[in-house]
Amino acid sequence: MKYAFYPGCVSKGGAPELYTSTMAIADKLGIELEEIVGASCTGAGVLQEKGLKLGDTLNARTFAMAERMGLTTILNICSTCQGVMAQANYRLLNDPEYLSEINKELEPEGLEYTGRVVIKHLAWVIVEEIGIDKLKSMVTNPLPALKVAPFYGCYILRPSWALGFNENPGREHYLEQIIEACGAEPVNFPGRTKCCGFPIMLINEKNSMQMVANHTTSAHEHGADAMVTPCPLCHLNLDGQQPKAASQMKEKISMPILHLPQMVGLAMGYSSKELGLSQHIVSTKSVLEKASIRT
Amino acid sequence: MQAKVKVQRYDPEKSAEITFQDYEVEVPNHFTVLDTLVKIREEVDPSLALRCSCRAAICGSCAMRVDDQARLACNTRLASVVEDGGEVKIEPMGNQNVVKDLVVDLKLFWDKVRDIEPYLQPDVVPEEEFIASNESMLNLLTPMGCIMCGACVSDCTALEVDKSFIGPAALAKTYRFVADPRDDKTDHRLGKMNSAGGVWDCTRCYMCVEVCPKGVAPMDRIMQMRDSLMESGVTNTSGARHVKSFEHSVSNSGWLDETMLAVDSWGKFNLPKLVGNLPLAFRVLRRGKFPLPAPFHHKVPGNKNIKRIFERISNAKH
Repeated sequence: MKYAFYPGCVSKGGAPELYTSTMAIADKLGIELEEIVGASCTGAGVLQEKGLKLGDTLNARTFAMAERMGLTTILNICSTCQGVMAQANYRLLNDPEYLSEINKELEPEGLEYTGRVVIKHLAWVIVEEIGIDKLKSMVTNPLPALKVAPFYGCYILRPSWALGFNENPGREHYLEQIIEACGAEPVNFPGRTKCCGFPIMLINEKNSMQMVANHTTSAHEHGADAMVTPCPLCHLNLDGQQPKAASQMKEKISMPILHLPQMVGLAMGYSSKELGLSQHIVSTKSVLEKASIRT
Repeated sequence: MQAKVKVQRYDPEKSAEITFQDYEVEVPNHFTVLDTLVKIREEVDPSLALRCSCRAAICGSCAMRVDDQARLACNTRLASVVEDGGEVKIEPMGNQNVVKDLVVDLKLFWDKVRDIEPYLQPDVVPEEEFIASNESMLNLLTPMGCIMCGACVSDCTALEVDKSFIGPAALAKTYRFVADPRDDKTDHRLGKMNSAGGVWDCTRCYMCVEVCPKGVAPMDRIMQMRDSLMESGVTNTSGARHVKSFEHSVSNSGWLDETMLAVDSWGKFNLPKLVGNLPLAFRVLRRGKFPLPAPFHHKVPGNKNIKRIFERISNAKH
């Protein structure tokens, strides 16, 4: 299956291990990723603070570029990209006048969005297009000793009207399904659908660090060995800022945070190097040890 | 249908302990969560305390957490949250002190709303009625729909860590007056929202949008006020600098320059902040993932098209 691949800004910047691990497992997953070269940032909700038209135009341009490639499913690896693009697509598809106004801005580049694009996060592609059973058959290194707490990231869950939950209600629990398919045990904890604090990291660091501390410690208290997240922005905060959160709360926190393709890659037998597991701020050594245990 | 309803119980007159009590119920399929709780109170356990009134999603009394999400109990079909024979958890609203069982003390909610001066303040009161055109009031239709139920405040992730945040209900209420053509205190109101605990402390998590039973979408109102502040030239906050830096790097290169975003948001000359984050910079450098800032931040192919879109849409706005 071929997809128009939208890696987003952070997997090419502060979280390159996400890009590495995605590309590593794509082949075995049976997906061909053709990157949308020249696509802009989605706006990430920040550009949308100045009004919706700018972000909607930039995203319509990306959708038109995918159509021009002959591919109508955009695969992304970031909850924030998923949410922002899905919202933009919803507005464009439900207001033909608005769509034609925005297409005028794309004319000088010879682009036009005709409304055929569907946006899916890798997690959705795994469950809906590859299938959990097929994933299970690719797992050569099950992870029975690993208890993993899923941290979804706000934009892949809310607002639900943009994310197709009516047609696909299972989307609220895909991470648990994927964790189980990898042979690991999903851990339920209060923070699973909450905010990681990344959007206010540079604006109200104290609150942001409190959120990181709350979610990593509550995952730990509920028995998790690691957390997995489909959002690199959540990863930047939960992993990258974990030392700062620990120091603010004056407590010790050591919760490894995995990107989704890294967890899937471990279960498929890929090495730490292939999955970029040494590029985290919080050591993933304990995860690697548990990943090699067979019970 | 049958269901096990797990309800949080707390009675300070009896014990300081918070417990869960299970009630096995059999109710008609059309029953709401409120119908079910009232049936429990009337037929099984008269000690169960909860607030309710209109049963028609207009008074705002019955907001509570159903399976970890704030909802109006009268507006939630039991069958929509639990399958036949399944289990559902009912708790009081979050972020506020519990008085008893499902009843919370709404002091935090009301204090925040009162603080923002929730009344029209025209400079000149007309002799007869205030005439405002239909078009000028259209923006207010959804914010005015707020029934003060507190669901947004219950689930706000920013309030969870910081009770000094003004909160989604009070912020949506501020917008209701800022957008009202009859009110003349816009600058004063926005100025208050521009300070600590104001618009910039919202984490943009969409919880309030998701839980509001009336479509008020408080987060969207908060974003509108951020835009108004930035448009009126109020840019001396890390929040406004954050947006400006984001705009600048995406418009110039097509994608985000993460390092410059951090530096600009903190303030280029904010030495204590920059120095304080050197350990973070070293940690990231050592792992080989320091995002290269301008001028090393490369431009995406065809980025002049992105720049053109920025310029045209900014110009159209002004």
